Amino acid sequence: MEFLQPATWEEALDAKAEHPGAVPIQGGTDVMVELNFDMRRPAVLLDLGRVTELTGWDPAGDRLRVGAGVPYATVIDALGDRLPGLAQAARTVGSPQIRNRGTVGGNLGAASPAGDSHPPLLAGDAVIEVESRRGIRMIAATDFYRGVKRSALEPDELIRAFWMAPAAGPQYFSKIGTRNAMVIAVCSFAIALYPEERRVGTGIGSAAPTPLRATAAEEFLARELDWDAPLDEAVAREFGALVAAAAAPIDDVRGTAGYRRHALSVMARRTLTWAWRDHLGGTGRSGRGAA
Amino acid sequence: MRVSFIVNGASETADDVWEGESLLYVLRERMGLPGSKNACEQGECGSCTVYLDGTPVCACLVAAGQAEGRQVRTVEGLAEGDRLAPIQEAFVEAGAVQCGFCTPGLLVQAHDLIERRPDPSDAEIREALAGNLCRCTGYEKILDAVRLAARRKAAI
Ligand SMILES: Cc1cc2nc3c(=O)[nH]c(=O)nc-3n(C[C@H](O)[C@H](O)[C@H](O)COP(=O)(O)OP(=O)(O)OC[C@H]3O[C@@H](n4cnc5c(N)ncnc54)[C@H](O)[C@@H]3O)c2cc1C
Ligand code: FES
Ligand code: FES
Repeated sequence: MEFLQPATWEEALDAKAEHPGAVPIQGGTDVMVELNFDMRRPAVLLDLGRVTELTGWDPAGDRLRVGAGVPYATVIDALGDRLPGLAQAARTVGSPQIRNRGTVGGNLGAASPAGDSHPPLLAGDAVIEVESRRGIRMIAATDFYRGVKRSALEPDELIRAFWMAPAAGPQYFSKIGTRNAMVIAVCSFAIALYPEERRVGTGIGSAAPTPLRATAAEEFLARELDWDAPLDEAVAREFGALVAAAAAPIDDVRGTAGYRRHALSVMARRTLTWAWRDHLGGTGRSGRGAA
Repeated sequence: MRVSFIVNGASETADDVWEGESLLYVLRERMGLPGSKNACEQGECGSCTVYLDGTPVCACLVAAGQAEGRQVRTVEGLAEGDRLAPIQEAFVEAGAVQCGFCTPGLLVQAHDLIERRPDPSDAEIREALAGNLCRCTGYEKILDAVRLAARRKAAI
């Protein structure tokens, strides 16, 4: 095995162009498990840990451009005020040790349907910036996930950053697991309110081959919500039903398809209720932890 | 390949390291530092927790080459000479050690907690230690130990 350690983003792109089969490693919280258990024996390991461009973030117009190598702990501490939905999801990832190393870029690279970043990235209209020696591509999160652990990333491409606007309104993330720490989601749900545009963004995790948006549920809310009135319970219930209908869950060791659909409808209704309370309260920010 | 980094203040080098080898393996098997324990090798148990550049991480999930040139501090580096760190003393006094397998990881993780949060609440202690499994103690005495160490640290 070869161990490549580029010092800059340019060097990293050169290395990936030369070795398209190289496996990038950032926090290593997915890659090292696979190496330790002989599940993967890549010819080349490409350590991105020295590439400082990946660990920063800057404003880019009206959005934030967040490097792929920013660990969850930093998302929570430094970006939680602007990206509250993603920060809530980050708080539920693994343990403190995992959050100190694991990154959103690694979550995207792994593209597991259960990855906790994905629902808030979808609900928040995130765009993934990927690059190779052939150029830069900006891929909407909705187009990024292509199948179980498959993404739109080409072999010579690396993930550079994700772009997302600071929260325009309340955001919430909710995740079902068997206990509060160290659990892979049985299923998860993220919501983002856009009061100015009078629309709602959604993201469903761990309930289909890929993370996905509940488009029909979003359209329903855009049509039915009265943004100046208390939340109509019937609207919230129908929203829950439409979110559950958008999923394509399976039975597995973590839960049955039926349970997942039911849990999704409950999480959708609840997160909408929490977000609506904030919306009417005028705080515009969500403060509550994940369920 | 050759890997060099600073461990507990001293520069260490290991040769013939396999490129996919973990920092934990290098510490235990090549540098003679068996304090950090190897139990799950998948980030689930926390018994391999070490500081990497001042941040607690699972050493089993860091590729050895990623530690090149960096600062590593293991449980062996918590004491100052013969004087145990307050968190170590508290573990002994509170009876927080039974078989001791989980202890090194818990010590590093708890050490970090009371460095950052001088007066942690019970919820904060539980949250900080959520990634460290103990099969023996039932955790109550571990919580006692962390509270004791935090109280003593606050009193200094
Ligand atoms: C104990 C434990 C608990 C966990 N709990 C959770 C959880 O609750 N929720 C959750 O979502 N995940 C969880 N995970 C999985 C993992 O922590 C996350 O997927 C994390 O986001 C991975 O980030 P990383 O930087 O460690 O990725 P790495 O392991 O470094 O990489 C992951 C994948 O992405 C690729 N990659 C990395 N960086 C790039 C890049 N810049 N460009 C292209 N490809 C790249 C790698 O080649 C690899 O395929 C857990 C893992 C462990 C060990
Ligand atoms: S051995 Fe590293 S977390 Fe268990
Ligand atoms: S004391 Fe035995 S595992 Fe904790």
